[in-house]
Amino acid sequence: MTAADSPQVASTTNRSKRANEQLIDRVLWLLRIGFIVAIAVGLFAFAWQQIDPTNPLASAINDDARRITWGQFEGLLVSGLTQGAMYGLVALGYSMVYGVLGFINFAHGEVFMVGAMSGFIVSTKLDAAGVWEDAFLVALAATLLASVVTSALVAVLAERVAYRPLRNAPRIIPLITSIGVSFFLQNAVLVLLGATTKSYPPSPDWLSKKRSIGGIDIAGTNLVVLLTAASAMVLLWYLVNRTRTGRAMRAVAEDREIAALMGIDVNRTIRTTFAVGGAMAGVAALAWGLLFKTIIHTSGFLLGIKAFSAAVLGGIGNMGGAALGGLTLGGAESLAPLMVLEPLGVSGASQLKDAIAFAVLIFVLLVRPGGLLGERTAAQDRA
Amino acid sequence: MVASTTKAARVGLVGSVSATFVALSGVGLSLDGRTVISPVLSLGYMALFAVPVMVGLIATKTVALEGIDAPARALGDVARGALAGAASGAGYALLVALLGAFDIRDPLVNWSPLLHHLLTFDLDFASAPAGPSAAAQVAGGVIWLFASAALGAGAAALRLLSPILRSAVTWAIFAVVAVALVEQLLNDVLESIWLEWLEGLLYASRGGLNWLAALAVAAVTGGTVWMLRRPRGSQRDHRWRKAISGTSEATSELRRLHPLATKSLIALGVVALVVVPPFFAGKFTNELLANVGIYVLLALGLNVVVGMAGLLDLGYVAFFAVGGYTTAILTSARSPGIAPELPWVAALGVVVIMAVIAGVFIGAPVMRMRGDYLAIVTLGFGEIIRLLALSDWLSGLTGGAQGITQIPSIDLGVVEVTGTDSRAIFLVVAAFCALVVYASWRLERSRIGRAWTAIREDETVAESMGIDTVAIKLLAFVVGAVFAAFAGAISTAKVGSIFPHSFEVLVSVIILVIVIVGGMGNIAGVIAGAALLIGVLGGPNQPGLLAEFAQYKLLLYGALLVWVMLRRPEGLIPTRKKSVTLSAHDVDQDAWLTAPAADAAADERVAT
Repeated sequence: MTAADSPQVASTTNRSKRANEQLIDRVLWLLRIGFIVAIAVGLFAFAWQQIDPTNPLASAINDDARRITWGQFEGLLVSGLTQGAMYGLVALGYSMVYGVLGFINFAHGEVFMVGAMSGFIVSTKLDAAGVWEDAFLVALAATLLASVVTSALVAVLAERVAYRPLRNAPRIIPLITSIGVSFFLQNAVLVLLGATTKSYPPSPDWLSKKRSIGGIDIAGTNLVVLLTAASAMVLLWYLVNRTRTGRAMRAVAEDREIAALMGIDVNRTIRTTFAVGGAMAGVAALAWGLLFKTIIHTSGFLLGIKAFSAAVLGGIGNMGGAALGGLTLGGAESLAPLMVLEPLGVSGASQLKDAIAFAVLIFVLLVRPGGLLGERTAAQDRA
Repeated sequence: MVASTTKAARVGLVGSVSATFVALSGVGLSLDGRTVISPVLSLGYMALFAVPVMVGLIATKTVALEGIDAPARALGDVARGALAGAASGAGYALLVALLGAFDIRDPLVNWSPLLHHLLTFDLDFASAPAGPSAAAQVAGGVIWLFASAALGAGAAALRLLSPILRSAVTWAIFAVVAVALVEQLLNDVLESIWLEWLEGLLYASRGGLNWLAALAVAAVTGGTVWMLRRPRGSQRDHRWRKAISGTSEATSELRRLHPLATKSLIALGVVALVVVPPFFAGKFTNELLANVGIYVLLALGLNVVVGMAGLLDLGYVAFFAVGGYTTAILTSARSPGIAPELPWVAALGVVVIMAVIAGVFIGAPVMRMRGDYLAIVTLGFGEIIRLLALSDWLSGLTGGAQGITQIPSIDLGVVEVTGTDSRAIFLVVAAFCALVVYASWRLERSRIGRAWTAIREDETVAESMGIDTVAIKLLAFVVGAVFAAFAGAISTAKVGSIFPHSFEVLVSVIILVIVIVGGMGNIAGVIAGAALLIGVLGGPNQPGLLAEFAQYKLLLYGALLVWVMLRRPEGLIPTRKKSVTLSAHDVDQDAWLTAPAADAAADERVAT
């Protein structure tokens, strides 16, 4: 159409097109700078508040400006990092599936939720039998096994039923299908197990009391969660980098067709990827049970979105990135209400914790879309 | 895929697990109250029996392969259907046994003596509230095995029939179920056109069709379908066909000579169909139609964003919220921050402006993002807006968790439409729907619509063709936002209050399901999808025709989305172009089959 028009009309169209593009670029820059300035001002106001709570800036915009103690800060940091470890575990599942198949598996949050539900069932049964208190570590191991196995099974089942037939479809289709799977799993659990909030039995006192390690006060549960997450990630690293299965996973993630030509069973490898991702989510489910103790059928959705934001923050497809992104997001979520939002005068900032995860996602995609450590997607998805 | 015994066994095994799931989901219990055929069949039992039927159908399904004769169907197939059905019945029987042995009500909420009685067909109802006796359990299990085998065999036998007979039987069954389920709606309509005696004829006193009426409906439907589709050949048929072809000839002549006349007649017909019934229907129907209408508005808006422009927007509910909250803040006397108390029509103007701003605000950052990131970021925006509306920080403006109440009725200047007057509300909704349908239709056929199609198909190529992707994509967001804001304004005024919890991601996903099931990019499809899904199953906060399904409707939505994506991604009423893209590799594979003449000519040329 443009070719048929006179050169003058063509150049007018081109100019307005370019003008629009420049406008969008300027708007995007404005947003980026706006974000960075808001964060910088918030941090600055926070720092000034620490030095002098009655400083002019604070009295102008923040009504309850106060100094926070090191203990408070430490507590927030520790809980933030622990939650971040949990996000990292779930983010690994998202990253692996995105690296191998190239779409966001919306149902992964529900995979986590199902694992948490089965952990709940096992732990309450053990508690009723008295094993939870008496042989806590054994009970914990059993709960971990239950949630890991269930999550992995559900992930593999979802892959077989919903994603395998769509292996070659345009990528928007498995994405929408995964939304459907997520909806289905959420409501299946609602229908089977009921809408009440389910509580894990409380951890024994000797575990949950605060300990002082290297000068940092940390509750035993947080320590257990961090250690479990760390060992799971180390195991995963070993699996991916030092075993044949891991090499197959990396090959399929790199280029599925060539990997098939090299004799790798692509179906089996993809199934393994889903299973391992599900297993990581199962570990995260145990972490959730220890930290938050209550689970409901809608818990998986928000966690899933946050974990995906963490995966993008670290670099999608990149496993180290997923872990780092998780820790960063957890820390940011915990500290930002206190350190950025409240000094800027936002009342009830802790309510907006969930919004912070989304804001971080948008911020990352605006400022550094590749993420902190750079993304690693399949050859066919790049460019 | 050839039907084989191993396949039947495998399908049966999956069926037994599904049967256990269906039973434990409590569907049988909740739907038991609704009778389909009085007094024998309730909707609950129908749901439970549906599993062996579907298992029988799936186990004997064969795909006709090109160039290979389809294997002849025989009684072996019926036996396989029976085997698969029996396997799923075994699932029920096993559940009966387990219900008697254990009590795991703790995690599984529906594990109760009630379920046990349901599954043993109330043979031992005297022992309620305790569970049924062992004898009843054994009897129940045996009944399940035989009944499921029979149902599976029946379903398999259905495939043995000729296609015409099969469609007649299927339609007959569907008609009986449909007439039974729309009892409330039909009663409503019959009462207002003074045909109440028909009610007594069709339906039993306690609900559900009486079995004579059921047989009559089945016979009538089956007969009609058979007559319409039977092979032509007799003398009488020739006369019929002549009559029919004569009419169609006359119509095409008319259309040729007076194109405007036929078009206006059709338009008048559609308007009459929409405007006249509300005056005859009762409150229930009008309420239902109004809800469907609001979702039609929302779905048409999302259709523009997802269907026409190809931008997967999962945060669409944000625009709905913007429209609703703007209306609430501007019209309500109890609005916490500013309370100008404008009339609804004036507020509508501001709503449109706010929608445009919201569309630009959400569209601009996602302009450069690829498909899946776009989905997540728009989801994020939707959630951010909901969280901000819920927060204490902005509760000075939005009312926080308490929302805004006492929103006045729609003041159109000449007439005031209160939320309780369902007929008037429906007419307002219908007017807006007409406007939005017309706008969508015109946009689809304009340069902008073609630009959207180009961007949807391949954005890079569209850029190279000189399309201003930035402006066009923003326009898609803005148009979608305005449509959703209309829906928000009407919905808020209708309900009279607004709360943040009605703007969850759930609503966006439901609208997405409607658009996809109806047919992405197709206006008629989207309307049909909304009517079907919201009308029958119900929306997130509104009951549909099948009010008992309220607990399970979200489950069905999720399952439906997965099923549609796997089997028929182009939706109910596909746009031709979309089906070609989505099944491109199938079309390519068959290309050589449909172009033999060209090939032959090419071969000849090469040979000479």
